[in-house]
Parts: sequence; C-alpha cells; structure tokens
Amino acid sequence: MKFRLNYTPSELIQKVVAEQLNRMGVSFSFNELGQLVLDGKISGDIMAQITERLRKLGITLSEAGMNSIVGDIKNAIEELVYSEDIRKTTISVYLSNKLGYSYSYLSNLFSEETYTSIENFIILRKIEYTKRLILEEDMSLTEIAYKLDYSSVAHLSGQFKKVTGLTPTTFLRILQRRKTKNT
Amino acid sequence: MSTKPMKVVLVDDDEDDRMFFADALQEIELETDLQEFHNGQELLNFLNDSDLDHPQLIFLDLNMPVMNGFECLKKIRTNPKLKDLVVAIYSTSSSERDIEETFVNGANIYINKPNKFEELKKTIAQVVKRNWQYEENEMDKTNFLFRI
Repeated sequence: MKFRLNYTPSELIQKVVAEQLNRMGVSFSFNELGQLVLDGKISGDIMAQITERLRKLGITLSEAGMNSIVGDIKNAIEELVYSEDIRKTTISVYLSNKLGYSYSYLSNLFSEETYTSIENFIILRKIEYTKRLILEEDMSLTEIAYKLDYSSVAHLSGQFKKVTGLTPTTFLRILQRRKTKNT
Repeated sequence: MSTKPMKVVLVDDDEDDRMFFADALQEIELETDLQEFHNGQELLNFLNDSDLDHPQLIFLDLNMPVMNGFECLKKIRTNPKLKDLVVAIYSTSSSERDIEETFVNGANIYINKPNKFEELKKTIAQVVKRNWQYEENEMDKTNFLFRI
C-alpha cells in the first residue's frame, strides 16, 4: 500500500523542536510569528547543545530582531504556500495582518534584502512545493495545479518552465536518472 | 543587507572569458568575492585545502585541459565534504544531451555562455541573486535545477 503524507511544515517543525527542548528540560514557547522563545537565561553551553541537536535534524536557528522581518515574511509565505485556507486571502492583507506592518513597507524591505519581489518569491516557493509533490507524493501535474490554485495545468507547467528552465517532465526524468545512478 | 560578500568561484581555461565574467560580476549590485581557476584540478586542490571557507557558488566550464568540468563535477558530488556545493555549469555547449547529462551528474544550474556583455551581466545577476535562498534550505538544494 502507498500513502501520501499530508502535513503542515511549520507545525511539524515546532513539534520536532518541542520534543528536543523538552528532552533537555529547557523552558520555551512559540509566539504568534512561529518564533521560538526561550525562557530565562540560557548559558552558552546549553545554547550550543540546542543548536547542535537541531542542526542534526536540519533545523538552524537565527536570532530574531528587526533584521528578521524578512525571515518572518519568508515563514509566512511558506505557510501561505502550504495552506489552501490562507491562499484564499489576498497576499498583501495576509502579510500585513500577520506581521503588523504595511504591505508596502514589507514589500520594499523584502526586495532590498533579497533582490526579488514577494510575488516572485511566492512563485519560486510554489514551484519548489510542486517539485516536492511530484517527487515525494507522486502527484500528477493536474492534481498539483488543482491543489495550488492554478487556473490550468498549462499555467503551472509554463510557470515551472519559466522558473527552472526545464519542463516538469524533463525535471522528473533527470531526478529519476539521478536516483537510478546513485542506487 | 547581507554584510559578507558572496563567495563566487569561476573555473575556466579561457582568459578572455574569465575577464569578461569578472567585469560582469563586478557590475551587478551585490557584493561578491571572486576567485578564479584554470581547470578542474586547480579547483579541487583549492576546495580540499579550504575546508571552512567554501564558495557559495561555483561556475564551472566544461571543456578544459588537465581536468574537464564534467570530471570535476563528478568528483565534487562523490566527495562527502564537497557534495552539497552549488555548481553552475558555464559552457558554450547547448546540446540537450550535454545539458541533461550534467544535471544527472549533479549540476544545479546550466548556463549557456552569452556572447554579449549585457546579456552576461543579466545572466550572472539572475543566478547570483537567485542562489541566496537555497543556501539555508538543504531539502530544496538537492532538487534545485535551473537552466538559463
């Protein structure tokens, strides 16, 4: 039998982090932006242990502050890409409500730091998600187009080609050949 | 803004192409630190000597003496310390077969060397500015294929 794994990355990551920190006896919480808040004073030694444990699971920590607004935008976009409910809201309303800044401020800050627009970044993330759905969930392009609210398969396929320079079929063939080669 | 310049490496045996590339890279609005090598072996020697300071992006020509780009790419992908580096093939070949083979053997990006300076500048900017987001996400890196 084959099963698809349906999950929300941000929730999954929070659970993984929580499990590690509970095991270490560290007191913590997650705020409304999904940032990890460690309670009290944490020694450098404990911090190094936390960092190392999470690193082994592929999770890295970066200090939250004014400079992390771009990081928060990226996390919010990640949630948007994965959630059908959030995608029903317009991007500008969703981001300004979630982060508490005007959309034009967020948009300018994002372009300045990342050299790409929020809209373009969303397209990039949707294509990354498409890749994952093709490779890990074995979904067809028709299913993915429907899941990610594309008006047609041709639209998704065209956007995929524009972002990667490859058609979805070529992309899949390359990855399958890589896999065969490595096994 | 990022405080550290992005470390970029170019491996190409053609001196004119290296100069052309360096000039174009200098003109884009992102601070970069470029190192140049003449063939794949020189790059591998450098990478093996610089464990802690690996480049964020490698532009690799295919046809070179001593060790060509294809061999060099295979060596990078089979070396546990180097296998996660982002490699952009930078070649004049536009053969579909060549392009697919380099991807199958682990290239992340394939660039057809542009002939015009403005075009080269645009292409490099597209690659360099695009790369940042993949540095932080290991999961995406393995599926990161991009052709210009």
